[in-house]
Amino acid sequence: MNEKLKQIFASSLGIDESLVHDGLKYAEIPQWDSVAHMGLVSNIENEFEIMMDTDDVIGMSSFAVAREIVGKYGVKFDA
Amino acid sequence: MLEGKVAVVTGATRGIGWAAAKIFAEQGATVVLAGRSNAELLEQRVSELMESYGCRADGMLLDVSDPEQVRDLYSVVYKRHRRLDILVNNAGILEEGLLGMTNTETFKRTFDINVLGVLLNMQYGSRLMSRNKAGSIINVASIIGRFGNAGTVVYGGSKAAVIGMTLSAAKELAGVNIRVNAVAPGFIDTDMVRKLPPEKYQEKIEGIKMGRIGQPKDVAGALLFFASELSSYVTGQVLGVDGGMLI
Repeated sequence: MNEKLKQIFASSLGIDESLVHDGLKYAEIPQWDSVAHMGLVSNIENEFEIMMDTDDVIGMSSFAVAREIVGKYGVKFDA
Repeated sequence: MLEGKVAVVTGATRGIGWAAAKIFAEQGATVVLAGRSNAELLEQRVSELMESYGCRADGMLLDVSDPEQVRDLYSVVYKRHRRLDILVNNAGILEEGLLGMTNTETFKRTFDINVLGVLLNMQYGSRLMSRNKAGSIINVASIIGRFGNAGTVVYGGSKAAVIGMTLSAAKELAGVNIRVNAVAPGFIDTDMVRKLPPEKYQEKIEGIKMGRIGQPKDVAGALLFFASELSSYVTGQVLGVDGGMLI
């Protein structure tokens, strides 16, 4: 699932998958702006078939945090 | 006109919301009716729609101002129907009162339902629509939100806010092909206006150029226009449905 989440990030933000890591943070690269963020959220929700709280949408500030948030909705990630 | 589409209508058990649900069902949509508290009436409405139009229909109790309930509604819509195409934000309350007689509780209650409710439903609804890169959101405002009316400062303010949110959301969501429009009904024959004293009722009718009260189905026609492909290139508009009413 970690790989799947990485792929979603890469395709949603239009960046290479190698650039997606735990330290990737919202607004630290020009591709991850607020508009891209909403597209990213939509793609994550679609792929994992979840509906996030608005607080989680706002709080999804990095790839690592995104994994935690998605995990809250029952999506299992490899240890 | 709406075959294969899925619509959510809030405040769907009576008046304008119920008229919208019927016209959408008649046009082939699956309709999800959301009503605040009357589970029995909601269930009855769902059965009526399915029997009369042979459509799929669901009902859910919903306090539009409760973020968790709103999230759960859209989660259920996705699980059951896999998409959302149309959202009508119709749920609203009207508590009349002169400026000096209006308390903060009335303000908070009105803005929670009429404004926060629209915001929450647009947030979750648009996220579901964006999965298909298409959708139509229609907010039910009011003639009072456009032109004002004595004794309805809070209600008018809430409906003006609905118009402002409609205009901004339309600009924000156009890029993902979600259209956002509003209708601004005038004097419509609903539970809200039936409480008026006879003399006040007559005074309102006299202010309508077409000389009659509007019917919920008059508003539903405008809602169908915005919901359908007839308005495929229309967004950020506020359509008065008021028979030429002057207030």
